[in-house]
Amino acid sequence: MFPFQRLSGIAPSIALVGLAAGFALATPAVVAQSTPQAPAQISPAPIWPKVRNSLFSTRTIDENAGEIIVLEAPNRAEDASTVPIAIRTQIMQSPSRYVQKLYLLVDNNPSPIAAVFELTPDSGRADIETRIRIEQYTDVRAIAELNDGSLYMASRYVKASGGCSAPAGKDPKEALRNAGRIKFKVDGPLAAGKPAAVQLAISHPNASGLVLDQVSRLYEPAYYVRKLTVRYGDKAVLTADIDFSISENPNFRFYFLPSSDGALYADVVDTKDLSFSSEVAVKLGGIASNTR
Amino acid sequence: MNRSRAAGRSTLASMVLLASVLLPQTAAAASAFSIERVAEGVYLHRGQQQDATAANGGDIANIGYIVGDRCVAVIDSGGTLAIGTALRDAIRRETAKPICYLIHTHVHPDHSFGDPAFADPATMFVAHAEYPAALAARRDGFLANLRYTLGAAADGSGSTVPTLLVQDRETVDLGNRCLSLQAWPTAHTNNDLTVFDERTKTLWTGDLLFVDRIPVVDGRATGWLKVMAALRALKPAHLVPGHGPVQHNVDAAFGPQQQYLDQLINSVGAALKAGTTLAQTVDTLGREPPQKAWLLFDDYHRRNLTAVYTELEWED
Repeated sequence: MFPFQRLSGIAPSIALVGLAAGFALATPAVVAQSTPQAPAQISPAPIWPKVRNSLFSTRTIDENAGEIIVLEAPNRAEDASTVPIAIRTQIMQSPSRYVQKLYLLVDNNPSPIAAVFELTPDSGRADIETRIRIEQYTDVRAIAELNDGSLYMASRYVKASGGCSAPAGKDPKEALRNAGRIKFKVDGPLAAGKPAAVQLAISHPNASGLVLDQVSRLYEPAYYVRKLTVRYGDKAVLTADIDFSISENPNFRFYFLPSSDGALYADVVDTKDLSFSSEVAVKLGGIASNTR
Repeated sequence: MNRSRAAGRSTLASMVLLASVLLPQTAAAASAFSIERVAEGVYLHRGQQQDATAANGGDIANIGYIVGDRCVAVIDSGGTLAIGTALRDAIRRETAKPICYLIHTHVHPDHSFGDPAFADPATMFVAHAEYPAALAARRDGFLANLRYTLGAAADGSGSTVPTLLVQDRETVDLGNRCLSLQAWPTAHTNNDLTVFDERTKTLWTGDLLFVDRIPVVDGRATGWLKVMAALRALKPAHLVPGHGPVQHNVDAAFGPQQQYLDQLINSVGAALKAGTTLAQTVDTLGREPPQKAWLLFDDYHRRNLTAVYTELEWED
């Protein structure tokens, strides 16, 4: 979904590891080692017009849409490998008017498109919390696309913390050993027609693979979760295309609209095409239920 | 000094000034570069208890050397080429013996970016077996941060790939002086290595021990507690922490850090049990005042909460 493509004309300071993922730009993949520059404090970052053009062409985006979409993020990334963010939309999901896509963008990351979420009226509320990696000082953007095609954006500038902070994983071997474990949880009590919070946590290194192995002199292949699908019975609740801008052990909090007893199903696919599944019971009136 | 004498020295003063312009890093660093003796043959340069800034030149970590009958082992190279060079020059003022080892306590740049000062085919670069991968993953980011902080003063700095990796234990002999090196499971980082000088019972902990400055969890807090217990069992007479003053009492040295990590683990564990999200946990616990007046508490406590939360949420 997110091919490795180099966006042409990016300032070296943006392409920290010399690689950027583009969406609709058809330049072949290049892994370049560029000299890292100081994290530039530039806003808006020059990458944004390119990403905007590739995703939305010339469509109008409402950038003063606080009544539609809010993005919560810390001003300063305490731990650049794990920056909690929340996208909150202010409209209830109804068949006539709903958020059908949420884009999460991190301008100055090697791959700026962190995630594209698809939602439905059965999502209940188009709110998503997750954790992202921040490579350097950057704008983070959330863009909501409604079913009528209108676009609304919220953005926050996040400073990556210096010193020991690095977006790399703390214990890569441990992460690899545990890959594929899933924790899936519904917050009860559940009532028909009332959006309920769901937490989906996937144990996975979610690694960029851009790292040059000092011994072999080879780039390690990327290994990250690329797709997740959540269903309630046979109804789609959430579909997400994600990449390594999402933190190690990808973690999502979102909503679904309960209507009757049943189950939520999660399917996760990573870049080695390994798939992991989990399910959690939905019982109206019941208390929180966990992965079984 | 009175005015006329000062004026009379103006030529000499301007020559000195010119020299310091030509050699800004080394001249300034050498004159101010302090070395203290920890025990017989064990020498320490204490970094400042700060984050790296242009003002402190990145000189924030404890680094030093141990002299044997045959050769010298350097332990950590400092945060920049200039600091590494100042340490090398200090060693040269003390002894002409060759530097046979540069031992890295872990991958963080404040301890290792002075490596180029010790580039010499005769010097073996020693580190934990996980060090090369951690370095590869982080070096570019570390370098970008250092350039951002120090500008041109960061030029030439950087970590070098180690040539001798320690999986578990290794002993190096400096000539009638054996150093026991131990590579630990993930604690402060996933590549912590300690140096124990058998002769003087001096334990060089690297960042497995922070004194006065807030400990930073960049690995596993629970693993760190286990490693601390093992370090105490070595019964060192002297401890050189990664940051802060030399210690001579094991309990006094580790006590505050132990208490801080215990508190982190307990409070975050309770928040997880209560179903509190990461953002809420960091926000709530991040407001609580410290039990002890740690230096740099505001800079790292919330980061530690984040790290411990993501560690503990997969523990069960």
